Amino acid sequence: MPTEVAADTISGLDALELAPNRDKGALGKRIWSGAWPKLLAVAIVITIWQIVVLSEWKPEYVLPGPRTVFADLGDLITTEDFWSGVWLTLTRAFTGFLLAVAIGTVIGAAVSRFAPLRAAIGSLITGLQTMPSIMWFPLAILLFQISESAIMFVVIIGAAPSVANGLISGIDYVPRTWLRVGQVLGMRGLAKYRHLILPASLPSFISGLKQGWAFSWRSLMAGELLVIVPGALSVGVRMQQARDLHEASLVICYIIVVLIIGILIDLLFNAADNALRKRWGLTGN
Amino acid sequence: MSLAETTDVAQGAGRDNAVVRLDGVSKQYGSGANALLALDKVSLSVSKGEFVCLLGASGCGKSTLLSLVAGLDQISGGTLDIDGKRVALMFQEAALFPWLSVAGNVELALRLQGVGRADRKERARDLLEIVRLGGFGGKRPHELSGGMRQRVALARALAQNADILLMDEPFGALDAMTRDILHDELERIWREQNLTVLFVTHNVREAVRLGDRVILLSSRPGRVIEDFKISHPRPRRIDSTEVAAQAAEITDRLRAEVARHAN
Repeated sequence: MPTEVAADTISGLDALELAPNRDKGALGKRIWSGAWPKLLAVAIVITIWQIVVLSEWKPEYVLPGPRTVFADLGDLITTEDFWSGVWLTLTRAFTGFLLAVAIGTVIGAAVSRFAPLRAAIGSLITGLQTMPSIMWFPLAILLFQISESAIMFVVIIGAAPSVANGLISGIDYVPRTWLRVGQVLGMRGLAKYRHLILPASLPSFISGLKQGWAFSWRSLMAGELLVIVPGALSVGVRMQQARDLHEASLVICYIIVVLIIGILIDLLFNAADNALRKRWGLTGN
Repeated sequence: MSLAETTDVAQGAGRDNAVVRLDGVSKQYGSGANALLALDKVSLSVSKGEFVCLLGASGCGKSTLLSLVAGLDQISGGTLDIDGKRVALMFQEAALFPWLSVAGNVELALRLQGVGRADRKERARDLLEIVRLGGFGGKRPHELSGGMRQRVALARALAQNADILLMDEPFGALDAMTRDILHDELERIWREQNLTVLFVTHNVREAVRLGDRVILLSSRPGRVIEDFKISHPRPRRIDSTEVAAQAAEITDRLRAEVARHAN
């Protein structure tokens, strides 16, 4: 077969085998199709809430209606105090989470590298994950008194096991064929980790991070309600104050704020996860 | 008259410039009562520039043999000599790394060879050009078809600048049309790049289509049954009568061997 014909045949086959570009539709339409189920869910929750209020199951000053709460929320977010509280809480959350990531990564790498270490603490890590973090506070307070360190301790111990576990299972499940390719290409020692093991374990590591964040956020909220450090007016402290003053509407406002922060950060993790899946071709269809 | 000339392995032609030499190589997995003998005193040699196909039914240890030649596994007995030559190995799966682009996968092989950053890009582009994927360097592996991915894997194997290319059923998972075209491509690249190829397959026609020699292995344990010299002029077509006739002869021999295991 002449070379040009062969070249044409193979290019033709390549063109036929590649999936045609599908039109994803206009941006506005895509955003709307993603957003309306969520908006509907919010609407349903608010409607049920309103019905419960109208049924006069509890007096208005204990369970205020959506209208009151959203009006208060509108006032709240225009105050400087509110934002300084959110800032303090988020600073704690990120500091604690980053420390947990650093510690979890080191532990995960060590456990997956050394077999005796895995036998010793592998199952302990999984056990720690199931431990409700609020259980740690009495000990943390004895160790660090009422201080930032007590909160950090619990945040880290809540999140680090998830991060470590994500890395360990990522390293454990590197496909055998990739390992063989690595061997054939002559990867040894550090090069093997840098070019194969670490990138290959990335998806699992990211789910570990996501889970770790959820744990650290929960631990932090528990911590802010229990460990009230003098002078640190965090979201949790402000919520406690609202309860002490019987301001039910304000308590619900803070619940909504914490929920929204949680959802926004989850969106960030999902975006990272989706970008990775797309690059790797792991999106299902 | 048979088209095949059966040659004695030990006195095979080109013994002097052999780049792969196996002499009574055995491979045993496990020990004691559970021991499994995968290869039993296999002797064969592959000359420089030769295209040799290893053919056998399941359990003939053909993949084991490649692993041994590639140095991924240790032999249990005999001698294996590749004369300090470098080997590259290709599998049935392309096994490209999804976190790298197509060009990045080829460049990684170059990088691990110690090729400098400046040279890598150009060499990778040339290698992709060789497998006719010049315009696809920026794509991700999952964006390519199975046949294209296998060609990237071939480019990556070529990037290792190896003297011997070992291929373990590289086209086994592809459709017939793609496989057919890749046979042409592999033959062209083998000729242009002066490669020595040891190609494992269980597809008799594929073996006859590609090989200078087809070495037939028995199953459990793997032994060399026969070494067929394929002398039809190239380029061959997999659907030509010569290839079909030769393949039929080898298939009969293979069936007789498989039937031996019936009881």
